[in-house]
Amino acid sequence: MANKIDRVPVREQAPAVRARNFDEVCYGYSVEEAMLEATRCLGCKNPMCMTACPVSVKIPSFISFVKEGKFAEAAGVIAQDSSLPAICGRVCPQESQCEGSCILGKKGQPVAIGKLERFVADWCRDNGVKTHAEIRRNGIKVAVIGSGPSGLACASDLAKMGYDVTIFEVLHKAGGVLEYGIPEFRLPKEKVVKPEIENVKALGVKIETDVVVGRTVTIDSLMHDEGFKAVYIASGAGLPKFMNIPGENLNGVVSANEFLTRNNLMKAYDPDYDTPIYVGRKVVVVGGGNVAMDAARTALRLGSEVTIVYRRTEKELPARAEEVHHAKEEGIVFRMLSNPVEILGNDKGWVKGIRCIRMELGEPDASGRRSPVPVEGSEFDIETDVVIMALGTSPNPLIASTTPGLEMNRKGCIVADEDGATTREYVFAGGDAVTGAATVILAMGAGRKAAAAIDKKLKNNN
Amino acid sequence: MYRIVRKENLAPNICLMEVEAPRLAKSAQPGQFLIVRVNEHGERIPLTICDYDREKGTVTIVTQIVGSSSRRICHLDEGECFADVVGPLGQPSEFINETEDVLRSKRYLFIAGGLGTAPVYPQVKYLHEKGAKVDVIIGAKNKDLVIFEKEMSAVCDNLHICTDDGSYGKKGMVTDMLKDLMAAGNKYDQAVSIGPMIMMKFVTLTARQFDLPLIVSLNTLMVDGTGMCGACRVTIGGKTKFACVDGPEFDAYLVDFDEAMRRQGMYRSEEVEADHKCKIGLGE
Repeated sequence: MANKIDRVPVREQAPAVRARNFDEVCYGYSVEEAMLEATRCLGCKNPMCMTACPVSVKIPSFISFVKEGKFAEAAGVIAQDSSLPAICGRVCPQESQCEGSCILGKKGQPVAIGKLERFVADWCRDNGVKTHAEIRRNGIKVAVIGSGPSGLACASDLAKMGYDVTIFEVLHKAGGVLEYGIPEFRLPKEKVVKPEIENVKALGVKIETDVVVGRTVTIDSLMHDEGFKAVYIASGAGLPKFMNIPGENLNGVVSANEFLTRNNLMKAYDPDYDTPIYVGRKVVVVGGGNVAMDAARTALRLGSEVTIVYRRTEKELPARAEEVHHAKEEGIVFRMLSNPVEILGNDKGWVKGIRCIRMELGEPDASGRRSPVPVEGSEFDIETDVVIMALGTSPNPLIASTTPGLEMNRKGCIVADEDGATTREYVFAGGDAVTGAATVILAMGAGRKAAAAIDKKLKNNN
Repeated sequence: MYRIVRKENLAPNICLMEVEAPRLAKSAQPGQFLIVRVNEHGERIPLTICDYDREKGTVTIVTQIVGSSSRRICHLDEGECFADVVGPLGQPSEFINETEDVLRSKRYLFIAGGLGTAPVYPQVKYLHEKGAKVDVIIGAKNKDLVIFEKEMSAVCDNLHICTDDGSYGKKGMVTDMLKDLMAAGNKYDQAVSIGPMIMMKFVTLTARQFDLPLIVSLNTLMVDGTGMCGACRVTIGGKTKFACVDGPEFDAYLVDFDEAMRRQGMYRSEEVEADHKCKIGLGE
C-alpha cells in the first residue's frame, strides 16, 4: 500500500544566493528523501507515467527498487530505455509527460519522478556503479552527426548493438545543446554532462570534434570514402530567429544562442576564460520558452536587472513550470502580453531601449493557443542596454544543402518518417533537425528509434 | 591535435603558421575561413585560410598581434599545437564555379591591405593556375609590414605596392593606386578587396567611380562560425545576412560598412576605445 504523505520537497539554493552564482539551483534528494518519496508511488498496473514518457522508461519498476534502497538495480531498469538519466531528470518537462500523467496528480501532487530519476543517476555516478552489459562488436561503421541528446542516444544504442560508431561534432566540445545552450545552474557540465558523455564513450563510441559536416566532410564522403554504412543526422536546430524589426542590428542586441554560447560553452562568467560578454545594467529578454528563461537567469547572475517580454500570458509560456517558478523567485520581472516593435538606439548605435505594443488574446491558432493581437496605439518603451532575442531556432540547412537527394521541408527541417528514414537510403535523421526546436527527451526518443531502424536496415541488407 | 609544422615571422608582430589539419586541408577552397582556439580557455578566433596543401594535410594562417588572443596565437612555437582548428567555413569565392575557359578570358584586380594580403594569395594563385589575368595591389603602413611580396609576384601578372609612409613602393593608399591604374586605362572584369573594414569601405567608394564590380571579404565578430550565434550579422542590400554562412564575401556595393564597423566594436572594452587614436582621421 502506498504511503499517503505529501510530496517530499527538494532542497534548493536560496533564491537571493543563487541569483549571484552559477552553481546548480536544485540539490536533489538525499538517500532518505528519495526512499521516502518512492513510497508514494502506487505502482499502477497500467502505468500512465510510462505511456507519457517519450522513451517509455519503466517508471514504477525503477521506483520500486528505489523504495527498497536498491539504487543500482533501479539504474539498470532506467538504462534499458534511457542513456542520459542524470540529464533527463534535470531538464525533461515532467509536468507535461510522466508526472503530468501520474494518477496521484489528479487529487494532489504527482510522484517526483524526475527528481527520483536524477537521484538514481547521481547516486550511480557518485558510487562508481556502471550499468553497461557486455557488447559483441560487429565492426560495421555508422556515423552520427551531432553530439547532442539525439546523437548520443542513437550512438549509445547502436554501440550496444555492436556497431562501430563515430560521432562528428562541429564545436570543440561534445554535448550539443547540453553544453552550449543549457546553463550550468540547471545542468552542471563537469558533474553531470561530462560523465554522461564518458559513459557513451565507454561503450566504444568515438567522438570527433571540430568537424563541419557539409564543409569539412560531406555525408557522401563519409559513406563513399570512409566506409560508413549508415548515417544518423542529429544536427539539431541551431539557427537563431530574429524579429526583423527596426534596430535589431544595434550593438547590444544578441541572440540567446550567442549569449548562452558565450556563457555556457565559452564560460564567459569564469574569469579564467578569455571569452568577452556584454553585460548590461538592464537586460530585456524577448520570448517565453526555456531558452528565454535560461538567458534571463544567466543575465541576472552576471549582475543585470532582467525583464522578460512575452506576447501571450503566463498560461501560454512554453517553458518548464519549474524554470518559470525559479525565474520569478530570483526576481526576474515578467511583462506579459507585450510584443517588441522596435529597438531604440543612442547616437553611437548602442541599444537604449525597446518599444513594445500591448497585446490581447484572440482566437486559438493552429497550436491551439489563443493568438495574441496587438492593441492599437498602446506602444510603450522599456529602458534597457541589452536585448536578447529568444524566439526559437530552426535547423541549419548546411547538411541538407550539401547532400543530394536529402529532402528538406519549407521550415528547413529534414524530412524523415517515424523511424527517422529520410529520402536518402541509409541516411536517417531525428531530433530538432527534423522536428524543429523541441526537447531533450523527444530528441533522445528519436535517436533511439532511428538506432533500431538503422540496425534493421543494415541487418536486412546482409 | 593540430600541430604547427612551420612558423615564420613575416614582419614585426605578423607571423605565418602552417598547421596540420588534414580533413580541413582536403576540403578548403579560396575565400573560406577557419576558426582556431589556442587552448582550453581561449576564444574561438576566425582567420582566413591563406593557403592549403592537400598532400601534406596542412593549412596556412597569418596572424597579426592586435590584442590578447592574437598574441597568444603568435606566441605558439613550431611543434606546438592548437587546441582546435575547424573549417573550412563560409562560402568559397564565386569564381570557383567558373570553367577554365571563362576564367582564361577574365582579368581580375585584387586590392589587399596589410594582413589582408595573406587571404588574397590563395585566390590569386587559384586564378593564375586556371589561366586568368590577375593584377594585385598591396598596401601597407610601411616597408616592414609588406608581406607575401615574393609569393604574390610569382602568381600574378602585375604587382603594385604602396605604403602609407612611402618607405616602399609608391607613397599613398591603395585607393590612390586604384585610381592610378584606372586612369592608366586598365580594364578589369572583377575586383576583390580584402583588408581592414575601413579600407574596404574606401576602396568601395573609389571603385564606384569607375563602375568596377567589387567583392569584399568581411571579417566580422563570430563565435561558432556555423550560423548559430548571429554575432556576425551584417546588412547586405538592406537585408540581414550572417557573414559566417552567407559570406564572408559579398558584393561591396550592397554592404552597410558603417554598421559593420560599429558591430565589430561590440566587445571592445571602453578603455581600448579611449586609448585608440585614429590614424586615418576618422571621428574628428
